[in-house]
Amino acid sequence: MLILKCPYCGVDAEETELTAGGEAHLKRFGPGSSDDEFHDYLFARENPKGVHFERWRHSNGCGKWFHAARCTATLEVFGTYSAQVTEPPQEIRDAISAKRPGWTWREFS
Amino acid sequence: MKHYSAFAVAREALRYHTGWERAWRSPEPKKRYDVIIIGAGGHGLATAYYLGRNYGIQNVAVIEKGWLGGGNTGRNTTIIRSNYLQDPSAAIYEKSRGLYEDLSQELNYNIMFSPRGVMMLAQTQHEVRGYKRTAHANALQGVKTEWIGPERVKELVPIINIDGPRYPVLGALWQERGGTARHDAVAWGYARACSNMGMDIIQQCEVTAIRSANGRVTGVETTKGAIECDKLGIVVAGHSGQLAEMAGFRLPVEALALQALVSEPIKPCMDVVVMANTVHGYMSQSDKGEMVIGGGTDGFNNFTQRGSFHHIEETVRALVETFPMISRLKMLRQWGGIVDMTGDRSPILSKTPLGGCFINCGWGTGGFKAIPGSGWGMAQLMATGHSPLTEAFSLDRFKEGRFIDESVAAGVAH
Repeated sequence: MLILKCPYCGVDAEETELTAGGEAHLKRFGPGSSDDEFHDYLFARENPKGVHFERWRHSNGCGKWFHAARCTATLEVFGTYSAQVTEPPQEIRDAISAKRPGWTWREFS
Repeated sequence: MKHYSAFAVAREALRYHTGWERAWRSPEPKKRYDVIIIGAGGHGLATAYYLGRNYGIQNVAVIEKGWLGGGNTGRNTTIIRSNYLQDPSAAIYEKSRGLYEDLSQELNYNIMFSPRGVMMLAQTQHEVRGYKRTAHANALQGVKTEWIGPERVKELVPIINIDGPRYPVLGALWQERGGTARHDAVAWGYARACSNMGMDIIQQCEVTAIRSANGRVTGVETTKGAIECDKLGIVVAGHSGQLAEMAGFRLPVEALALQALVSEPIKPCMDVVVMANTVHGYMSQSDKGEMVIGGGTDGFNNFTQRGSFHHIEETVRALVETFPMISRLKMLRQWGGIVDMTGDRSPILSKTPLGGCFINCGWGTGGFKAIPGSGWGMAQLMATGHSPLTEAFSLDRFKEGRFIDESVAAGVAH
């Protein structure tokens, strides 16, 4: 079972306590954007076999949204971090680099 | 290829079964093919088969990373039905169900199609209205389904508890000619027929890159060397995104794990397929007597082909309430498969931004039932550039807002 540490309440929450919220760090496009931008925002996803950044909600706990960095091929968790950021913080990137040298995800590496 | 028949069994019995030959050849790849299909699962093999059968294109290779039928073709719960709400879905799934009816005869391979009937339970008022609507839609689409009341449900499935406290059975959508088939045999039967037409099925051969020139596909690089082709079909389910990336485009697809489990074998007790979408569980009894049980997907991106125990618990807990007699059953095996889910939970059968390259993916949790129809439509699309079966399932429907929204229609697993 997947266990993620909620960065807000500090609980090591089991999967049943959490709700998956899909890919993280999406740039939102609304009225005035092009069809391609709107399509990519709504539907195009990285879906990597490997390092993945995603949103989770501690729904049966403190109720807060947060971010997680995880490997979709091994289910290894690299770390969780605040929802109030638009890109993964340096310590999370370092934690991933230590285990997956040379990783990239969208424009991050 | 030697014809399989009762006579052949008798003949071989007389000579200690020494005369059987391999069902398909395993050749080394040639330098060039007219068409390469990536993925020797049901959909890939069916595509190759109908390319040869319907369009005479027989210089075809089917390339497989692992072994034939070893992905979701061998991991599903073998349910076949076509009671969909949306017209394009009903058309392709009903085409498929129709092809399943005489597929054993056509392939000369017993796929054990058993039209035992599929029942989708309505356990909330919302579902009652939804399924009545689907039954009316099916009547217009020419798909034979009917709405049945709880008494008829009990008559067809005596082991069901129709007045459970939380989820009473209020009726069901009943498709009499739905059912099950032997999933491996479907892949094996198509493989044998393809091989018989002179097509090459190349297993243990992973595609590492897709070659193109002037916006058109020219071939693939594999672990067994480079192979040239005129047209390329990507039919790889869970890893579609990775192949699409090699071909230089992106897909609106995410990979999730879906799991299933089987119980110990018991005496025959249920001769229809029962799906209970409100509680996320479906169950049928295999010919060996095992209860085959499926549930919902994990909610997060996952490539591990494993399941998780709490999903099993949820599924089994719900089913025990509806089928009290299974509460003492021991579960024997559990496994997971990687399903490729699209935004509207309908598949993608489409041309791609790369010329000569076609993709068939996004079948999500319900690909097995569609194998013959999907192969039929995909072959037509690849051979002629257009297919009425696949037209609505094109890749650009997301940009154009033409969803085939079965996620709303089905609620959950379908």
